[in-house]
Amino acid sequence: MSDIKKFMFVNRKAPHGTIYALESLEVVLITAAFDQDVSLVFLDDGVYQLKKGQQTKGIATKNFSPAYRALEGYDIEKLYVEKESLEARGLSAADLLVDVTVLERAEMGELMDQQDVVLSF
Amino acid sequence: MKFGIVVNEGPYQHQSSDTAYLFCKAAIEKGHEVWRVFFYHDGVNNASKLTEPPQDDRHIVNRWSKLNEEHGVDLVVCVAAALRRGIKEENLAKGFRISGLGQLVEAGVKTDRLIVFGD
Amino acid sequence: MLHIINKSPLTNSALDSCLRVAQAGDILLIEDAVYAATTGNLFEGKIREAMGRFKVYVLQPDLEARGLADRLIAGVTPVDYGGFVELTTTNKNCQSWL
Repeated sequence: MSDIKKFMFVNRKAPHGTIYALESLEVVLITAAFDQDVSLVFLDDGVYQLKKGQQTKGIATKNFSPAYRALEGYDIEKLYVEKESLEARGLSAADLLVDVTVLERAEMGELMDQQDVVLSF
Repeated sequence: MKFGIVVNEGPYQHQSSDTAYLFCKAAIEKGHEVWRVFFYHDGVNNASKLTEPPQDDRHIVNRWSKLNEEHGVDLVVCVAAALRRGIKEENLAKGFRISGLGQLVEAGVKTDRLIVFGD
Repeated sequence: MLHIINKSPLTNSALDSCLRVAQAGDILLIEDAVYAATTGNLFEGKIREAMGRFKVYVLQPDLEARGLADRLIAGVTPVDYGGFVELTTTNKNCQSWL
């Protein structure tokens, strides 16, 4: 598999309430291992996946949020968050556990247009 | 064209399995190739051979098996998602195989279009 | 790009988000999203507005299944599953707004 494609993962769901965020992260890590061009997008409730300070002990589930910090080690550095999604939730980039690029909605739309494969879970 | 399909939801619970199947059928009728269907999340339940719907209902699992038999569609069930939900070799329906997430990435790389069906 | 939406806009923000972020292209309403393409629902105005920027399609079998085939907003194009396949081939990429 020598061809490199642009893979975008669009995360629009909050973590913990459903398993989508966790299983999406599992695909992201595998995709990076295939040397593809990977971007992650966090939109709507998906931005909650990146909220600092998640403590899941009380709900007896695995806290997978530290894994977002490990993405850099897999050469996944393109993390995008939509500005209005953050603002609508009273959050700013400082509330997030990783460094992200905050995009205006039109910039986000343009970025989506440029992808080869868009995966959403 | 060569298609890859992702199914993220369980059969009978959510319409996505039906939509995905009808999409595959239409694509094949139009002369396209459905190269692989990848079952992820609760979608792995599409592969259970223990499925027994009432007689007057569609048999979603057998429908997939037939697609494999008649058109060689590769039906791949994600191993991690499957083990979480009790889908194993021993209860895997005909035509399905269990493999890793790499098969999903490969479908993205090798097909012309990857279409996701889910909730 | 083809944007595939499968949820009613009255219970879920998927269509709203798509209209906010995407700039142009084709929108295909399937499953519970077909309610968005019917006259008299709260979202009708937004669909009409969106038709300036997007070409809007609806999966006809889903509309029929829900008893709303006679309520389709003028200007929304009905397609069957074959038409759905066609849309994925004429667009260079697609996104399911799950």
